Amino acid sequence: MKRTLTVIVAAAALAVSACGSKEDLSGSDQQAASGEVVVGSADFTENKILAEVYAGALKTTGAKVSVKSGIGARELVVKALQDKSLGVVPEYTGNLLNYFDKANAKTTPDEVYAALKEKTPAGLEVLAKSPAEDKDVLVVTKETADSGVKSIADLGDNKYVLGAAGEWAQRWQGKVKELYGVTFKEVKTTDAGGPVTVDALKDGSAQVVNLYTTSADIKANNFVELTDPKSMYPAQNIVPLLRSDAVDAKGKAVLDKVSQALTTEKLAELVKRVDVDKETVANVAADFLKTAAIG
Amino acid sequence: MIFADAFAWLLDAANWTGSRSIPVRVGVHLLYCLGAVLGAAAIAVPLGLYVGHTGRGGVLLVGGSNALRALPTLGLVTFLYLVAGGGQVGVLIGLVVLAVPPILAGAYAGIQDVDRGVVDAARGMGMTGAQRLWRVELPNALPLLVGGLRNATLQVVATASVAAYVGIETLGRPLLDGLRVLDYGQFVGGAVLVALLAVVLDVVLALVGKLVIPRGLRLSARPRRRAKAPRVG
Amino acid sequence: MGDVVKYLSDAGTRAALWSMLLDHVWLSLLPLVISVVLAVVLGLVCHRYRRLNGFVVGLSNVVYTIPSLALFAIIPAVIGTQVLNPVNVVLALTIYTTALLVRPVVEALNAVPAHVTAAATAMGFRPWRRFLTVELPLSVPVLAAGVRVGSVSNISLVSVGALIGTGGLGTLFTDGFRQRYLAPIAIGIVLTLALALVVDLLLVGLRNLVTPWARAGRA
Repeated sequence: MKRTLTVIVAAAALAVSACGSKEDLSGSDQQAASGEVVVGSADFTENKILAEVYAGALKTTGAKVSVKSGIGARELVVKALQDKSLGVVPEYTGNLLNYFDKANAKTTPDEVYAALKEKTPAGLEVLAKSPAEDKDVLVVTKETADSGVKSIADLGDNKYVLGAAGEWAQRWQGKVKELYGVTFKEVKTTDAGGPVTVDALKDGSAQVVNLYTTSADIKANNFVELTDPKSMYPAQNIVPLLRSDAVDAKGKAVLDKVSQALTTEKLAELVKRVDVDKETVANVAADFLKTAAIG
Repeated sequence: MIFADAFAWLLDAANWTGSRSIPVRVGVHLLYCLGAVLGAAAIAVPLGLYVGHTGRGGVLLVGGSNALRALPTLGLVTFLYLVAGGGQVGVLIGLVVLAVPPILAGAYAGIQDVDRGVVDAARGMGMTGAQRLWRVELPNALPLLVGGLRNATLQVVATASVAAYVGIETLGRPLLDGLRVLDYGQFVGGAVLVALLAVVLDVVLALVGKLVIPRGLRLSARPRRRAKAPRVG
Repeated sequence: MGDVVKYLSDAGTRAALWSMLLDHVWLSLLPLVISVVLAVVLGLVCHRYRRLNGFVVGLSNVVYTIPSLALFAIIPAVIGTQVLNPVNVVLALTIYTTALLVRPVVEALNAVPAHVTAAATAMGFRPWRRFLTVELPLSVPVLAAGVRVGSVSNISLVSVGALIGTGGLGTLFTDGFRQRYLAPIAIGIVLTLALALVVDLLLVGLRNLVTPWARAGRA
């Protein structure tokens, strides 16, 4: 009996150590800061394109690069940067600043960028911002717009149902009330500018939805963007957020070049080519790098 | 401390009122699960009984139901959303597909497992095929059939969370939302609710089983077959 | 259909599909292998100390009610792995598969007829050798049935990981959905089914290989 027990314990120990070593293996795989740069992206088309563009640009410096795409929202991405799962991610100045500084009230591109540089936690850094911007925008159908809704201020009190991603309520519900006195009948969780959100507006289950200015869906469906005269949504210039030790000086220089070459129009065009024309993210990103003469 | 956050989320009064509240989501979750299990039972029970009774098509049935098990629910739900232009039908079909194999297996194995001697005795008493099915085979198959229903329910309840991805307010909503912003309280709270719901429904079905299964054939007397079905959610 | 052809016509896409498929294979099968070992060890422990039976089986039932999506993401918080580490998915699936396998293993071991073990003991087998050469092989058919179920369920479950960024072929579902593009979703479903089928055939072959007596009996 004693012998059996010993064997069982040994077998169990083996099983446990087998799992343990596997863990270490994958762990070190990710932590390969020794040269490999992992570019991450959130789970929407534009961010994926940007991640591929960054990766392509970094490759021209001779760095070993891989892309991990479709990760989720900012909170997850920043955490992944800090725990070294990722090295660089394409980010947006305004939302990133609001994430680092919950009390932020700045909204213009330069103010936001300056504050962002200051608030970025040690170990992480943002490079130069791009003129290209992709802001949150509230949109309505043409009919709703024709009935006199042109600005966020026209949304009134308890009149409409709004559809947006899960975190919208937490981030903006208080702010929209404070700035415009607007409240909604209901804030529905749809998705982050994806099919569920667009369909909610189309089928009327929401009358206002939160999309992004480079979205191809706005034009395709004749949606109308509401103006934001009090700048509730801050500027959202594209900016690379990275862990300082993940990218060398050459890499940073080439990412700056990418940022300079990007404009909002070009970005919207790239997004359309993927979402509407079904081209691949990789090809669209490669095309952009070619026309921008990077690499 | 994660669980402390989860309790805080569960106890937060704000999560118990309005259209995004826990009760609403539990209701929606239950509705889809109920619809899916009933729909699946309507398909799988007659089919399983027929095949088990006649002995025809057994191989096809087992193969087909294994293929169904391999169908990824997320793939099916997203596919059907795009085809149907909305999430409701897709989610329902996806969950029905999930629930069919365990119920089918329960019904089929239940009938198959009935002691041949018992069936022969019934035949000897002059019972017709239909009489044998209804009065002998079906009652004897009930323990396994109920087992199949319980497996199906367990899986459907866990998987209905995925429906939140296509915009349906099931208990998957706090899971997905919590995940997006790494709000573990919301996230774990949602998970706890789903698990609780699964356990409660399982207990209810077990009690229902006790009521409908003839006393001579309680599951406890023959526990050998209620193997777990594969998990798909 | 035309969409599928167009989608597959891009070499980069094909390479990406291939790497997703490989990811899917190891994300779903590694947990299966670990679980078989764990379940046999746990099964043996329960077999020897029957008092543990109720506890282990009960625990495995409870584990089964946790939604996979939740487990995928709670694990990093509990054990401190990186959020995107595929280990989270592997560990979650290992937990499920072990829970799935323990019960049949215990039942199979308990079902080995007493006269068989008695005969082995009479032949001078020590308990450990008896377990390895008599009881374990006799429980292989039941274990194999469980492993087949586990492989199908893991292969289909890995896709859910796409919602947290580690999904193998599941990524095709989320990508296709966002682009409203059926081709990648359809391809993802077909590849998942094909993978499940191939693995199942391999498992059946493996079972037949290690239980030659069963085949002899059937012939």
